[in-house]
Amino acid sequence: MNTLLNKKKEPIDKLAAAAVGKSLGREALSRMLRSPVAITGGVITGLFVLLAIFAPLIAPKDPFARTLQGEVNLGRGIIPGAQPGFPLGVDDFGRDELSRLLVGAQNTLLVGVLATVIGVAIGIVIGGLAGAFGGWVDTVLMRLVDVMLSVPSLLLAISVAALFAKPSQWTVIIAVSMVGVPIFARLLRGSMLVQRNSDHVLAATSLGVKRGAIVFRHMLPNSLGPVIVQATLTLATAILEAAALSFLGLGDPDPNRAEWGIMLSKGAKQFLDVRPELAYYPAIAIIVVALGFTLLGESLREALDPKNRR
Amino acid sequence: MALLEVRDLTVNFVRRGERPFTAVDGVSFDVEPGQTVGLVGESGCGKSVTSLAIMRLLAKRGNKVSGSVRFEGTDLLRLSDKDMRDRRGRDLGMVFQDPLSSLNPVIPIGLQITEVLERHRGMSRKAASIEAVDLLDKVGIPDPSRRLTEYPHQLSGGMRQRALIAIALACRPRLLIADEPTTALDVTIQAQILALLRELVQDTGTALIMITHDLGVVAGLCDEVNVLYGGKIVERAQRHQLFAEPRHPYTHGLLASIPRLDAGRGEKLIPIRGSVADNIPWDGGCAFAPRCPNALPVCREVSPRLVPDNGGLLRCHNPVRPAVAAGGGTR
Amino acid sequence: MGWVLPRPPHARTSRAGTKGLQVLRFLVRRLLQAIPTLLVLSILIFAWLRSLPGGPAAALLGDKATPEKIASLNHTLGLDQPIIFQYFRFLGRALTGDFGNSLVSSQPVMSEIGTFLPATIELGISAMILAVLIGIPAGYISARFRNGPVDNVIILLTLVGVAVPVFFLGYMMQDLLAAPLGLPSQGRQAAGLDATAITNFAILDGVMTSEWDAVWDAIRHLILPAFALATIPLAVITRITRASVLDVMNEDFIRTANSKGLTQQVVRRRHVLRNGLLPVVTTIGLQTGALLGGAVLTERVFNFRGLGFLLAEGIERRDYPRLQALLLFGALVYVLVNMLVDVSYGIIDPRVRVR
Repeated sequence: MNTLLNKKKEPIDKLAAAAVGKSLGREALSRMLRSPVAITGGVITGLFVLLAIFAPLIAPKDPFARTLQGEVNLGRGIIPGAQPGFPLGVDDFGRDELSRLLVGAQNTLLVGVLATVIGVAIGIVIGGLAGAFGGWVDTVLMRLVDVMLSVPSLLLAISVAALFAKPSQWTVIIAVSMVGVPIFARLLRGSMLVQRNSDHVLAATSLGVKRGAIVFRHMLPNSLGPVIVQATLTLATAILEAAALSFLGLGDPDPNRAEWGIMLSKGAKQFLDVRPELAYYPAIAIIVVALGFTLLGESLREALDPKNRR
Repeated sequence: MALLEVRDLTVNFVRRGERPFTAVDGVSFDVEPGQTVGLVGESGCGKSVTSLAIMRLLAKRGNKVSGSVRFEGTDLLRLSDKDMRDRRGRDLGMVFQDPLSSLNPVIPIGLQITEVLERHRGMSRKAASIEAVDLLDKVGIPDPSRRLTEYPHQLSGGMRQRALIAIALACRPRLLIADEPTTALDVTIQAQILALLRELVQDTGTALIMITHDLGVVAGLCDEVNVLYGGKIVERAQRHQLFAEPRHPYTHGLLASIPRLDAGRGEKLIPIRGSVADNIPWDGGCAFAPRCPNALPVCREVSPRLVPDNGGLLRCHNPVRPAVAAGGGTR
Repeated sequence: MGWVLPRPPHARTSRAGTKGLQVLRFLVRRLLQAIPTLLVLSILIFAWLRSLPGGPAAALLGDKATPEKIASLNHTLGLDQPIIFQYFRFLGRALTGDFGNSLVSSQPVMSEIGTFLPATIELGISAMILAVLIGIPAGYISARFRNGPVDNVIILLTLVGVAVPVFFLGYMMQDLLAAPLGLPSQGRQAAGLDATAITNFAILDGVMTSEWDAVWDAIRHLILPAFALATIPLAVITRITRASVLDVMNEDFIRTANSKGLTQQVVRRRHVLRNGLLPVVTTIGLQTGALLGGAVLTERVFNFRGLGFLLAEGIERRDYPRLQALLLFGALVYVLVNMLVDVSYGIIDPRVRVR
């Protein structure tokens, strides 16, 4: 009798996971491919990721080599600061701006991704526990989440960053990740709450599927969509918040580091009147990438919205 | 001249990335002053779209309306938006299916009535409020003056529908269109609302277009009935005629599918086989053919025309013979 | 026309007293609900203070710390006592507004806050007014001409608006707009302007003392920072208004309103907007969070001496007493504003009210 029941459960499990995952995913993909917004976002983010990964190989010069010192031609051509051998000019230490921007892509992506991933990881653990167990576990955890949400995000990031005696890149990463934690916790808990009462979960429970299996194989795949959407959007804000923290002096103080937020802060604070391009280049880079991820995230949300299914 | 003359009304829905869809296909009918006409059919047959097209309430984009809708001689489809707005509420009124979603949730019921009176009869807020109390009383809402300041969510479903009827009739329109007004209500409330409608139109002499999928509603209310299928009228008859001798196989099927109280135990229910999805387009024959028990080969080739038949109209190559009509009596 | 049917059963409606009383009960309930959150927040801030690098005493003393001073401060702060005791001391001090003295200015932090709070309030309110006055009409127009060129432009602008780092926008405005528009690029008040300060609300003070040049000066100093600060809330409010209006326009009761032959204006005002703007109210509450964070950046860029500037300076100089007070204050303000938003929602949405 037991083996019979187990044999029944397996195909049902597979079917449930498959029905939810594949059909929604495939339809979402086709819808995204038709949307110009999605394509733009996808292209931008794709380019960004590629550049970031291959930056050290593509960069024409060593981003740390202070080659051109002294004689800097401030010729105002079409590209301000451009001179032979340095397509985008050099920065205040005579380093090639283009190379620094490319390597900066890598660091910026790293910061953004790590901050988001850590935020997601901690967030879905908290939200998952709250949603799966309910009761007082839920109340306590959600109370904590509420408090984190009651602090404006930048202030929260500042508080966390201030705990570090010696600020570094990791200060920024951890601080920004903390901003995301309550968002993902709420998201996952909400999703699980909705699903706890849904038919497929009730069916699985009545068939005797264990709670753990229900959570991992039935509820989590359904929650995946909103989490991915939110993670994409959070990546954009993470990059922006990291830049803000650098601006406030809570980031890596090392002037050698090539990261867009740091480059932007320095450029804006110090060189805006003399060499504005040192601020504009990283600014444009950040804006375009943040825009790209936002477009991607928004179009993902549209594509995955079950209300749009016919 | 009839109060309302609908001629060849056609509504095509065109959406980006989808095939054009003809919801209403050359529908023509008249409504005389004081008459109650029914539009009957299953979901998707185009009856609601017809009523929205008459009232010019379809979305501005995504559809094409052609034909003519003459109300007291004037073609409503050719009017400007401003002129049409003058007529709506004043000359034509409409009652919708879901009374909760059809009322503005954040303003009191009283205001939703007085705004019609203020708009079309130029009444002051004060005078309109007094009239509104009277209207609510006429539709059978108890303690009407208190209701004026209440919000839709504070009323029960039946009372909301009564309020909607009061709103529609506030300016005494000559024509009232009721689109499935009882479908969203409990069965006992349904009977009350229908009785209310019947009483009101009799007393005020308002013409009524009753849109429904429920033949029971039609039996109690309508003088003349149009049966729609696939966007076209397939049968028109006076009420007693329709129920006594349904000629179109679809009508016949609808009547036969109603479970009867006096049927013997264990007697099977008789559905119409197939579904609306099994239609074939009208230009390739009769849309109902795939589901029709009377289907002949010609039904899948030649589209039947709407022709006079026995005092009414019929669109069928092989109608139901009166002698064969089993169990088609009215109740 | 007489009656014909038995009257329908009497519907149950709430008789919870007059409207004012309902609102009051709502307010009290929300306040009580906020208390546990604030309590947990205070615990977290307490824990935060004790986790600061070097320990709270060293942190509070800053670079004036010597082993003896640390020891004596430890004793004063009661750091050698049980934690629970310390927490309640902290709580007591916080409730009386005693956060110690700023390391930078050596002034009591609380009085610093009092002095500079009005500046931030002026800036914040100006920014929010801008965001609402521009955002709501923009969102409505966007919805009305959906998918048209205007709509696309507005959507693009809102997307870019949230992608631009606020501090960079501030610097850019300083650099590019201040001179051409004849606006001051920094500060809150022109040097040398002898304006009477009563409440420290520059505009209010000027009006009260009829010093119109002071009023004008204050406004001129507010323009650029307010616009910079307003960018993100503006973008969000526009998007939310657009989405909400679009949703409402598809509702059945709009069809009913049209079927009554009401003028387009009435339909728009009484039916579309009154429903469509409800979510915007909530958004305004949430955006004060963005304002609080953005104020730190904007005030720093424009040298606008308000609480944000204090905070930025405090971060740079590791002024922990100031940081502690300001962070708690920021959270408090955010919680209060959201509570107000909740209550106002209860006032304007009758479905929420009747409980």
